[in-house]
Amino acid sequence: MTTLAYTVSDSRTMLRRNLKHQLRYPSMTLMLIGIPIVLLLVFVYVFGGQLGAGLGAHEGRSAYLDYVVPGLLLITVASAVQGTSIMVAMDMTGGIIDRFRTMAIARASVLTGHVLGSLIQTLAAIAVLIGVAFGLGFRSAAGPLAWLAAIGILALFAFALIWLAVALGLAAKSVETASNTPMILFLLLFVSSGFVSTATMPTGLRQFAEYQPLTPIADTVRGLLGGAATGDHAVAAIAWSIGIAVLAYLWAVRLYNRRRAAEPQ
Amino acid sequence: MKGVMTSQTTAPGIVACDVRKSFGDHLALDKVSLTAEEGTILALLGPNGAGKTTMVRILSTLIPADSGSVRIAGHDVVTDPDAVRAVIGVTGQFSAVDNLLTGAENLRLMADLRHLGREAGRRRVTELLEQFDLSDAADRLLSVYSGGMRRRLDLAMTLVGQPQVIFLDEPTTGLDPRSRLTMWQIIRELASAGVTILLTTQYLDEADQLADRIAVLDQGRIVAEGTPAELKSRVPGGHVRLQFADPGLLHSASELLPAAAPDQDQLALQVPADGTVDSLRDLLNELHEARISVEQFTIHTPDLDDVFFAVTGSHVTGQADEDSTPQGARQR
Repeated sequence: MTTLAYTVSDSRTMLRRNLKHQLRYPSMTLMLIGIPIVLLLVFVYVFGGQLGAGLGAHEGRSAYLDYVVPGLLLITVASAVQGTSIMVAMDMTGGIIDRFRTMAIARASVLTGHVLGSLIQTLAAIAVLIGVAFGLGFRSAAGPLAWLAAIGILALFAFALIWLAVALGLAAKSVETASNTPMILFLLLFVSSGFVSTATMPTGLRQFAEYQPLTPIADTVRGLLGGAATGDHAVAAIAWSIGIAVLAYLWAVRLYNRRRAAEPQ
Repeated sequence: MKGVMTSQTTAPGIVACDVRKSFGDHLALDKVSLTAEEGTILALLGPNGAGKTTMVRILSTLIPADSGSVRIAGHDVVTDPDAVRAVIGVTGQFSAVDNLLTGAENLRLMADLRHLGREAGRRRVTELLEQFDLSDAADRLLSVYSGGMRRRLDLAMTLVGQPQVIFLDEPTTGLDPRSRLTMWQIIRELASAGVTILLTTQYLDEADQLADRIAVLDQGRIVAEGTPAELKSRVPGGHVRLQFADPGLLHSASELLPAAAPDQDQLALQVPADGTVDSLRDLLNELHEARISVEQFTIHTPDLDDVFFAVTGSHVTGQADEDSTPQGARQR
């Protein structure tokens, strides 16, 4: 086999291991998928009536459901990558990583397995959330192509955040730290157009909300699902995602290699 | 020793020359040189914090040495680490198993990463499960495995790729006596199958039982090296300690046994003895015939501390003075 064939084969092995982990650790998998669903219910049925009235629509709650689904899709991504950080930190703090490092396997495969496994998990969680949203009465004007584009934007963003989560998991000294750091993503989401229009925020906060990455991504997905034009938002969304992915990838690889070289134990 | 290997069969399994490693201003390994001929067992004997684990991590490509050279089965660990990794197997002190998988899945994972192929992989997994007495537990998650089972699985995972050189870092620490004997048996079988083994241990009897050669490591330096017999000949050996009720008895006993060393404060006598039943019977008969009654009788066999005392003139640092060696910094 060539080097590339080995890399592909080792990455597939590691992916299989990662997917098995998700099945063997169902409490975490279910929690990561469940939190966004609970939040969806809370936002629609608890806050939805009043927040929907602010949209000026006739049917407040169902209008808000249509508005908030993109925000919750981003919550789903953020929730899923929390699992990535935990899984990576569990691997790095356990003994098995040293075993992998004394074997002649493609070096990238450990991280690749985590990234691909998490991407699959995230897409599954997104599918579940969309299903629940439809069950609650979510309606979309989008055609198949727009749906595909929306999923594509979400997948690209998930890919970027997963690499970020891998880096955070590698940087974390313990599994506990790794499970907490991605929480910052939740906060960022609340200060974006994910749940309410940025126009309703005070000036300073609004400026922050408009220029942080989650707003163009939420707006793009909302535009695509609502059948509206996305234009500049989509460009910004893709640029942010690629930027985060590249930086996080470089950071993660650096942490992974450095840990290998310097760890004194 | 660094020279070009003329042929694969005469290439020693492990050759380390003048390996030096420091962590910060702490010198963990000071010009350590080791050689293990192919198919032999080399024991690296030393107390906690001596640098055993650091040495294993350098030999197994996990961390680089500051200076010195290491060749495993003829391959240099710095210039050709993947060639080294392809022929070695490592079982560390801390279990390197995947807790979310079953025993069989752990082995299967190793078979896949060794690129054994589907059929050969499956055969090897079944073989190892049987060899390590894990067939019944094959499909159970590791959470129900006992300490001994985990250690056996750990070693089985190391053996999936049939490595030529194996590193075992304290393979029996924490095992109950029966599991320890099982582990010894497995290690012996591996060596007789031609595998080169380096094992670290804190126990002289383990090194004595298993190793062809022993290297004694103390505070990062090799302080003695040789066959178990050579090393033991440097140790004063065992003795019998006799405790008496009063100084008079001690005095008559030490006149009877001039080779013994009396301890006036403790009212005790240390008699050199090889520990055989015959010599003990002779000693006791001699005392009985001289009508010297003995309060207490203890047999002392040589241990790691005796070896250390014999080769370094001081007792094991980690045990005598905990504070003088920052063990946590070097070995988890």
